[in-house]
Amino acid sequence: MADVAIPPNEAFANSYLKNHGKRKGILAWILSTDHKRIGILYMVSLFTFFTVGVILGVLMRLEMLVPGPAGKLFTAQEYNALFTLHGVIMIFLFVIPGIPATLGNFFLPIQIGAKDVAFPRLNLLSWYLYVTGSIIIIVSLFHNGLPDTGWTFYIPYSIRTGTDVTMAVFGVFILGFSSILTGLNFITTIHRLRAPGMGWFKMPLFVWALYATAWVQVIATPVLAITLLLIMVERIFSVGIFDPAKGGDPVLYQHLFWIYSHPAVYIMILPPMGVVSEIITTFSRRTVFGYKAIAISSLAIAFIGYLVWGHHMFVAGMSTTAQFVFSFLTFLVAVPSGIKVFNWVATMYKGSIDLKPPFLFVMAFIFLFCIGGLTGLLLGSVATDAQLHATYFVVGHFHYIIFGGGVFIFFGALHYWLPKMFGRMYSIKAANWALAIMFVGFNMLYFPMLVMGAEGMPRRYFAYLPKFETWQHISMVGSWVLVIGLIIMFANLLHGIFKGKVVGSNPWGGTTLEWTIASPPPPPENFEEIPVIVHEPYYHPEAIEVK
Amino acid sequence: MESQETNVQTYSHDHAAESKHAEPIGYGTYILVWLALIALTALTAVVSGVNLAAFTVVVALVIALTKASLVVNIFMHIKFEDFIFKIFLSIAGFTLIVIFTLTFADVYFRR
Repeated sequence: MADVAIPPNEAFANSYLKNHGKRKGILAWILSTDHKRIGILYMVSLFTFFTVGVILGVLMRLEMLVPGPAGKLFTAQEYNALFTLHGVIMIFLFVIPGIPATLGNFFLPIQIGAKDVAFPRLNLLSWYLYVTGSIIIIVSLFHNGLPDTGWTFYIPYSIRTGTDVTMAVFGVFILGFSSILTGLNFITTIHRLRAPGMGWFKMPLFVWALYATAWVQVIATPVLAITLLLIMVERIFSVGIFDPAKGGDPVLYQHLFWIYSHPAVYIMILPPMGVVSEIITTFSRRTVFGYKAIAISSLAIAFIGYLVWGHHMFVAGMSTTAQFVFSFLTFLVAVPSGIKVFNWVATMYKGSIDLKPPFLFVMAFIFLFCIGGLTGLLLGSVATDAQLHATYFVVGHFHYIIFGGGVFIFFGALHYWLPKMFGRMYSIKAANWALAIMFVGFNMLYFPMLVMGAEGMPRRYFAYLPKFETWQHISMVGSWVLVIGLIIMFANLLHGIFKGKVVGSNPWGGTTLEWTIASPPPPPENFEEIPVIVHEPYYHPEAIEVK
Repeated sequence: MESQETNVQTYSHDHAAESKHAEPIGYGTYILVWLALIALTALTAVVSGVNLAAFTVVVALVIALTKASLVVNIFMHIKFEDFIFKIFLSIAGFTLIVIFTLTFADVYFRR
């Protein structure tokens, strides 16, 4: 598709980045109900926390310089605080809001031809709730000693420890409302505000992924809210719902926690899967293969994802029957995931592939996600899970899924949409180098964890047996390599945002609606005239039909 | 198919439908439902003192479900809303039932 003829100077002068209202400076941003500005607000907040999480992660690896316990950088209790902080920040403040709150807010209305989300003020409120929840969590960390429960707040330790768990879980409780409001807003927007002609099966696949995610956010998050409230009730009133000393059931806590937290994995991974569909079709110059199968597999993943939480608790004392049922359901979720991967590969078949950074990020994603998925099968099977549970293997597995899968695509999505959001291009060469370094660093960091875990290295231990020293050192050096890649990538993106070469409205030849408006998009209503949708979203008239 | 142009009409149509249907409920019904909710709460309190063994949870859930359906249908007006909202609620309700079933199945088979 040719660039739409909007002169860049005109696009910059009339962009959402310029203040058009009566407010100036920071107020023009933090009081704006424009979905694009809210997306940027989320992005700045999220990447600030991400940076903190990365620093904590690198410190945890540095702790493994010597086997210990003598000569360690941090004490055992400090190490407990490090992995708790790293987990809480990365999970609740970064990957769960992740793509929906940032790029979802920015691009969902544009991709369906709407002027904004259905409830713009509610959208801004969700950002304020996110900030409030985050501040409460951060304050709780420095109040009454650093937290040491791990991000899962498992009972009975979380109701016995002297650290301020009550305040921390209250912060997470507030964050939950932010997530629910975003989900509610997206569901309503997708149902009510699609452009004329855009039927359900003419929506871009990113929108389908956000729709499935929004349902998970709305239905699963209240379960977490109730569970966290019950922790507070347990700590303040000593009711005895979960506390075994008072006749409570600690396994019930794990059920309730994972009823939310496993679907939350799909909150983290479904939006990236939507982005992958967008990027593959754009850079293969072909319409997506199996559009309906990909769209419906998103809903299937969201639904089956609800039924598999028990695989986190195989060794926690659950019944053998439940182990069997949850193991079976876990294997079932691989089916819709497989449907997606096969359709992506089929989309590339005989396509005119353009190896630009977003596409290379997708290639890295498929590789890393497959390692994450295959190691997941070992954990979904009861017999092998009994051996691998609570070892480094689990840590390696979920980092391959969440970081290698979700976050790599978050970065890929930034590389894909940054020229649209800011009207400028980053250095392609630097982006490729950053990805290559990150890819090497990532595998150096996490693959040794799979090996150490299989050999019995438990997670959350601050010391280790000397036999693990070489693997620990490879992993530690990997964390440095990864950070170097991250620094290059962010420096390149920031340079692109402020000083990059000005680009037209459609630098990649994308076919969805965001590529038909100016870069950066105009405020606040995106379209001068609401478009009428005639074609399916990935219509490449120049592509040759593949028989 | 919904569109932005027709949104205004849809919303105003919904609003009209709501006000049209709001009238037949009347204050009397609201008060009756309120009394029913209080009675069911009292029933929950009474039943909690009776040993129903394996049926304890079932009875508690049936009472809770009755109360919830009264609130959802009458106070939240879902009875008079579009079909799509009923589907939405059914999805949430169905998910809740699945969660309850799987959780309680574990507790049951643990014995």
